Amino acid sequence: MTTQTNTASLSLSSILPLAFAAVLGFAIITITGHVQAQGLHDAAHDVRHATGFPCH
Amino acid sequence: MFSRLLISGLFAGAAAGLIAALLQLYFVQPVLLHAELYETGELVHFGTAAVSAHQDVGGFDLMRDGLSVVFAMLTYTGYAFILLVGMAIAEMRGAKITARNGLIWGLAGFVTFHFAPGFTLAPEVPGVAAADVGARQIWWWATVVAAGAGLWLLAFGRNWLAWGAAAVLLLAPHVIGAPEPDAFSGPVPTEIGALFASRAFGVGMAAWMLLGCFAGFFWQREGGRIGAVQPA
Repeated sequence: MTTQTNTASLSLSSILPLAFAAVLGFAIITITGHVQAQGLHDAAHDVRHATGFPCH
Repeated sequence: MFSRLLISGLFAGAAAGLIAALLQLYFVQPVLLHAELYETGELVHFGTAAVSAHQDVGGFDLMRDGLSVVFAMLTYTGYAFILLVGMAIAEMRGAKITARNGLIWGLAGFVTFHFAPGFTLAPEVPGVAAADVGARQIWWWATVVAAGAGLWLLAFGRNWLAWGAAAVLLLAPHVIGAPEPDAFSGPVPTEIGALFASRAFGVGMAAWMLLGCFAGFFWQREGGRIGAVQPA
């Protein structure tokens, strides 16, 4: 990666949106890939197998 | 900043997820359905008679495959948000994010979320023997976090200490080992299982590289639109 001179540090105003987006991303992955509720498991079954999530 | 993350993530995730779903339906689904014929006992491997390797596995199932499209798009949207958080942090620290180097970001995402856990817990064809799903999920998450941190240190670390730590993070989950089943009881022929794993990896890699490219593209585009008025 190229290093430029404008290396602004993480400001408080950017930490909050970043944290929220990260939580949102992990929450979606947890729901589509990991929650074992029967209906959810059945609906996501093929994608879970194809995407390499532990299934069953 | 948040709208830039949200818009880029939704567009990149939906586009890459749709392509992932189409690739999965064409390349992975027939292998999965073939395996299910053995999982359900409809076909028996090493039974009395040889079983033809060419089976009619049925065509497009609107309900089942439609759900797969929805869930693939959701999953890749989740990936997109996580990838964009990494891109945004890297950009603040001086890295340049483009559609082209997004391909490398996507490849790193594939290694983190798909290949690293799959290196020891191989993509499972239906019917394989496996350890308790809860234990495997814990190992999966730990491996994803370790691989992501390891790749970040490889890319952005500046000294041997960082690169050494990266190697340890990448290797440790596999040296420690994943939860394994006590006995193998999979009824599916090994040829189908092997094809399933390589197809899953191949489709995952293609979809992730596209996701990285799209994420880089939309991040730049939204940055030009939003950043023009208000620096992110």
